[in-house]
Amino acid sequence: MKKNESYEEFIKGVWRDNPVFAQVLGMCPMLAVTNSAINAVAMGMATFFVLVGSSFLVSSFRNWIPKQVRISCFIIIIATFVTIADYTLLALVPKVHKELGAFIPLIVANCLILGRQEAFASRYPTRLAVMDAIGMAVGFLVALLSLGAVREILGDGALFGVKLFSENFEPWVIMILPPGGFLTLGVILLFFNWFKFKKDEFLEEVAEAERSGR
Amino acid sequence: MTAGANNKTESPSSLRLVSTLAIAGLISGIAIIGIYESTLPTITANKARELREAVFKVLPGVSQMQALVYRNGELVAVDEPDKDEPVVYGGYDEMREFVGYAMPAAGPGFQDTIAILYGYKPGEKLVVGMEVLESRETPGLGDKIYKDAEFVGAFSALSIEPEIVAVKKGTKSKPNEIDAITGATISSKAVVRIINEAHTAWSAQLPAPGAEPPIEETESASTEAGQ
Repeated sequence: MKKNESYEEFIKGVWRDNPVFAQVLGMCPMLAVTNSAINAVAMGMATFFVLVGSSFLVSSFRNWIPKQVRISCFIIIIATFVTIADYTLLALVPKVHKELGAFIPLIVANCLILGRQEAFASRYPTRLAVMDAIGMAVGFLVALLSLGAVREILGDGALFGVKLFSENFEPWVIMILPPGGFLTLGVILLFFNWFKFKKDEFLEEVAEAERSGR
Repeated sequence: MTAGANNKTESPSSLRLVSTLAIAGLISGIAIIGIYESTLPTITANKARELREAVFKVLPGVSQMQALVYRNGELVAVDEPDKDEPVVYGGYDEMREFVGYAMPAAGPGFQDTIAILYGYKPGEKLVVGMEVLESRETPGLGDKIYKDAEFVGAFSALSIEPEIVAVKKGTKSKPNEIDAITGATISSKAVVRIINEAHTAWSAQLPAPGAEPPIEETESASTEAGQ
C-alpha cells in the first residue's frame, strides 16, 4: 500500500500531471535552453537537484515554518540550491554552464519549483514530497529532452553532438532558433491534448456501454 | 489539506516570524559561502587553463607565455595584471625566443559582446590564429565564427596591414582579405572589426619588432601567467 502511494506520486509527475505537457509550467527554460539535447539534459539535471533538495527541506521543516512567512522561506531554500547548482556546474562543466548562461540563476523563478513546495511539499510527509519532486523533475527532464532532441535533430542534424545524417542534410536552422521552440512545443502539446481527448472519449464510451448494459 | 494546520489556530508572534527568516537566511548564507569557497579553486584553475590553451592554440609553436601590460610607456611583464587593465600575452618557444603576442579583444557582435583572442606576429605583421572565447551569437548561424573550420582557419596567415577586410564568400584575392560566412555576415564582420580595433589600439604601445620584453624565469612565468 505504502509502496503504491509513493509510486503513484512519482508517476503522476512523469505522465498524468507532467509539469510541461499537462500543467504548462516552466515555459521559460523550456523554450530557451532546448536548442540542443545536451543543454536540455543539463538544465533538467539542475532543476532535478533544486526541486528534490527544496522539497526535502520544505517538507522536513513544514511544521516549523510559520504560515505567514512560508513563501519567503521557500524562496530562500530554493535560491540556496540554485546557487549551489550554479557554482557546481561552473566548476565541473564550464562549457555547459556557458551555454546555459543566465538560465541557471533563473531556475529560482521557475514556477514549477515554487509551485510544488506550496502545493505539495509543505503539506505532505517527507517521503511522499521527495517522490513527488522526483516525479515532477523527471517529467520536466523528459519534456526538456524530447524538445531538445527534436530541435537538435531537425535544426543541426545531430543528437548529443553526434551527426546523424550525411553531408547532404540541410539543417532547418529555424528549429534551433526561438521560433523552433514554439513550433515544437506546440506540436507536442497538440499531441498530448489529442491523446487526452481520445482517452476521455474512450472512457465515456465505456461508461455509456456499462449504463446501457444494465 | 490546509497548509500548516498547526499554525491555524493562533498567529505566531512577530519575533517567531523574524527569527525563522533570520535562521533560514543564516543557514543559506553559510551554505552559499561554503559552495563558493569550495568551487573557487577549480573555477580559477579552469579559467587559467582555458586561457593557456587558447594562447597556445592561436600562437602555433609556443610553449611558454607571460602576461604583458603597458605601464609608463613600455610593455612590462607582470605575474598578475590588475583588474580591467588591458593585457596581452607574450608567447615564447622552447629556446625562450619571442614568437608573437596573443591579444585578447572584445566588441559588439550580432547579439552580445564577442570576446576573442588572436595571435599576432609583429615581425611579419600577420595574424596567425583566432579563437572565440565568449559569444552569444545565434546558434546555427552566428556561431559559425567558431564552429566553421574554414573561417577560423582563414586567420592562420592573414595580413593585418593596412587592415583586415571581410569580403563576400569566394571573392578573397588579397592577403588581408577574408571570406565572410554566408548567413553570418554581421558576426564575421564583427570579428574582423574587433581585431582591427584592437590592433589600432595596441600598435602604438607594442615595442618595435625584436625589442619585445624577454621572458622571465620559466617556472613562474609559465605557471602564473594568466591567472
